[in-house]
Amino acid sequence: MVPLSWYLTLAAALFCIGIYGVLARRNAVAVLMGVELMMNAVIVNLVAFWRYVQPTAIGGQVFAVIVFAVAAAEASVGLALIISIYRRRNSVVADDMSLMKW
Amino acid sequence: MNLSQIIFLVVGAVTIISAVLVVTLRNLVHSALWLIVTLFSVAVLFVLLEAGFMAVVQVVLYIGAIAILIIFAMMLTRRAMSDEASQTNGQWPASLLIAAAAFVSLAGLLNANAWPALPAADLSGTVRQLGLALVNLNAFVLPFEVASVLLIVALVGAIYVAGEKR
Amino acid sequence: MRTEELFTWLIPVPPLLSFFLIWLFTSRSKTLSHTVAIGAMAVSWVLSLAVVLYALTTEHFGKTVFASSVPWLPTGDSSLNMGVLVDPLTAAMLFFVPLTCLMIFIYSVGYHNYGKPLDAHDASQPGAPAHNGVEPMYSRFFAFLSLFAFGMLTLVVADNLLLMFIGWEIMGLCSYLLIGFWYARQYDDPKKITPRQAAVKAFMTTRVGDVIMMLGIVYLYFATTTDKAKEILGLAGGTLSFRAILYNEEFLKYLVSQPSVIVGLPLAALIGLLLFAGAVGKSAQFPLHVWLPDAMEGPTPVSAMIHAATMVSAGVYAMVRMFPLLSAGWHEGGALTAPMMAMGVIGSFTALFAATIAVTQRDVKKVLAYSTISQLGYMIAALGIGAYVAAAFHLITHAFFKALLFLGSGSVIHGVEHGAHHSQEHLDPQDMFNMGGLRKKMPITFWTFLIGGLALSGFPFITAGFWSKDEILGDAFANGQWIVFATLAISALLTAFYTMRQISLTFLGEPRTQSAEHASETPWTVTTPLVILAFFAITAGYVGVPETFPVLGPLLQAIHFNRFHEFVGGALLELPAAAAFNVWPLLVSLFVALGGLWLGWMVYGRNPLKAGQADPLARPLGPIYTLLENKYYFDELYDFVFVRPSKWLAETVVYRVIDRTLIDGILHTVARAALRLGGFFKGAEKVVINDPPDYLAGGVQWLGKSFRVIQTGRVQNYLLIGMLVVLAFGGVYYMMLAR
Repeated sequence: MVPLSWYLTLAAALFCIGIYGVLARRNAVAVLMGVELMMNAVIVNLVAFWRYVQPTAIGGQVFAVIVFAVAAAEASVGLALIISIYRRRNSVVADDMSLMKW
Repeated sequence: MNLSQIIFLVVGAVTIISAVLVVTLRNLVHSALWLIVTLFSVAVLFVLLEAGFMAVVQVVLYIGAIAILIIFAMMLTRRAMSDEASQTNGQWPASLLIAAAAFVSLAGLLNANAWPALPAADLSGTVRQLGLALVNLNAFVLPFEVASVLLIVALVGAIYVAGEKR
Repeated sequence: MRTEELFTWLIPVPPLLSFFLIWLFTSRSKTLSHTVAIGAMAVSWVLSLAVVLYALTTEHFGKTVFASSVPWLPTGDSSLNMGVLVDPLTAAMLFFVPLTCLMIFIYSVGYHNYGKPLDAHDASQPGAPAHNGVEPMYSRFFAFLSLFAFGMLTLVVADNLLLMFIGWEIMGLCSYLLIGFWYARQYDDPKKITPRQAAVKAFMTTRVGDVIMMLGIVYLYFATTTDKAKEILGLAGGTLSFRAILYNEEFLKYLVSQPSVIVGLPLAALIGLLLFAGAVGKSAQFPLHVWLPDAMEGPTPVSAMIHAATMVSAGVYAMVRMFPLLSAGWHEGGALTAPMMAMGVIGSFTALFAATIAVTQRDVKKVLAYSTISQLGYMIAALGIGAYVAAAFHLITHAFFKALLFLGSGSVIHGVEHGAHHSQEHLDPQDMFNMGGLRKKMPITFWTFLIGGLALSGFPFITAGFWSKDEILGDAFANGQWIVFATLAISALLTAFYTMRQISLTFLGEPRTQSAEHASETPWTVTTPLVILAFFAITAGYVGVPETFPVLGPLLQAIHFNRFHEFVGGALLELPAAAAFNVWPLLVSLFVALGGLWLGWMVYGRNPLKAGQADPLARPLGPIYTLLENKYYFDELYDFVFVRPSKWLAETVVYRVIDRTLIDGILHTVARAALRLGGFFKGAEKVVINDPPDYLAGGVQWLGKSFRVIQTGRVQNYLLIGMLVVLAFGGVYYMMLAR
């Protein structure tokens, strides 16, 4: 039997790797990949809790489905923004996108 | 250590290693391919958790749509960055530290608690139940519809933002 | 809601829509504007006709009226309702009001020279009449007319005093706007009143009556809110509904039994007197009659509108409507109530008084204006002696022939103006002494005007005016009101006389000026309404021929034509008995009508005046003629008594003493003190209030500059800091939780 804490620990690891990706990568697309990893970690958590705490209630899975939808929306809008910026400034480096600075 | 634990450890190792490769590889196309591996192994985790529908959605949506979208975006913006230049910014050591600290504290917290054991349950009707819950007026039809609207808005917005400006 | 009630709701709507439509959208296009206005009026007319037909085919209509209402103003424990009511009186009004309005609308198209281009000589600008081209503010005119018609129709179908008062006031506004329609018009003679002044005068004068009437309405409402009244009416709160108040015998008795604030006068009488004051203003009764002749400064269709279809009829209509209240406590043959007495006295006096003035006027429209005042006096006097049906009857016949006469006079003026344009003469086209001989130049106008004039004089048996006047005289005779009877008979004589004078001066003889020589008949849009109205000026009388009248009465009775008496009278609590036929009033009315016409013929018709000849009456009457010509100097009197003192009060007392010396003095003192105080505060403010915030602001600025470094504008940087903070807070929180 796999204990719940294993899943949670795995999800935490995935999440922290995602954080590293988001914080350290220069390429904005790579940053987005980090975000996807974090999202996945969250979904793993949700499904694991559903299975271990209340497998008969369907709420946990519904929650996960909604997060899927949000992830899809986030990815499409994020990539659209990156492409738009690329068109205008010919760059996908996150550090270059500092127009809002003072 | 029984079979399921072994399978979990193997899948978990694949997940972690591929995820680390995703965030560290210099060649972005490679890291995108490793992202697919990560996502797939997460799908396997869902199977282990007896959430078959989630696994299918993970494969179809994440691998089939999002990962492909990312690869497309990468192809479209490829010229902007050469593979030789550094793929990390100046704050990567601090980031690593933070990520590590976060993991350590989270893992510590998780393992300090007692978690419920795996309950036995008949999960054969889960997909049907999920489908019904999403269209039941007394359950989740509103969040479901809101999510649909959100998706539509996001897609329309994405097309507008990314589209060629005249 | 029944169909007829729905129709009734809809009657006032088209003119209102037309007003807004013209105002907002179609004012650029003259064709579109008059099409919209006439179309809307026609719709109203058809709806009214349908309602009238419904009413005529309903059995015992007086007792089963059409009424519907919706809550309008919440008043605490109940609410005031807004609604429509069609009883026989309303039905009678609905028969002639939309019809005459429609005729006037059509007439206006021709009157304003629709289709003719402006010529170069015509110095036409908005606000001054165009003499030979199309009116520059043509669309605006139709918009105002529509609003006017809306006000009148609202007043007619209203089922409560408040709604009626709203229509009443809308008409007040419209009369102001339309009398002053040619606001830029100036005259060489500084004494002659300009349209602008006339508009203000009309508005101010009627305002006097309106304010008093409003007091009456408030008083009546107040009277319905007492516990006893609520019990009688069976209502939770006060009401102004006609049905609740006027047709509730017990409540009227209650009003009569209650004392008012004036000792010796019952509540009903005081309220009635206050309401009557409104009608005095609106229907131009003595002493508030001064505005109506000056209202002639407006375009002629407006005069017709004011005199026949709407404004002044509204005053009489309101009195007929409120008759149960005005006559509360009176029964046939009994002592008159105070409001009835007031109506009898003022009405008959006004009838005679205005008729004498009309005899000497030179302006073709002024004669008609005074005749209107006189005829309204007839109606009011008829109400005063309790002749409810006769008053309503005369209201209707008068509306037809007076609209006809006004439109006819407009046609005459138009023709003479056309002649003046041709002959390049400068003269007053409204002065009858500049006319003459128009019979041949304008045949349609002449014949229709003749019919209208004969109806006004009460030419026996044929014309409508005879039947209604005869009925009033007959009622006065039957009720034994000798003074009223005599006064009205004399004014009828004078009426016939001045009508003959007017017809003779205008149409008979030879043209006295070049303009009259070159006058020409007006276009079909002008003459068609004349013909239609002339038809009604004759036939409208037959509906009211008494059943007891020899030969003609039973004859009409056989085909159920003369049902007016039982139809309108059916609205009252008890059907008033038709006066028994008596040969004396008939003889008197024959004598005065024919005698007056004969006298007029003898003086003016037999020997038509030559050009430049003075009025043959001027010499024999001497100073009296001058007195009459100057309208008994009422304008001068009012100017002396009211206008100048108020101007003096405003100029000297209020402006110089109160405003400049007292108020300005106080204000200046206060201002100087405030200035000094302000100077002191300014110094204090610098030290106490101004400086500390400055330091504070400087500090904040310095702080901001110092922290600016961490605002790199890079999102990952911010995220790093965010994560750091999350971890730090998480750690602190965990530690606190663990302890």
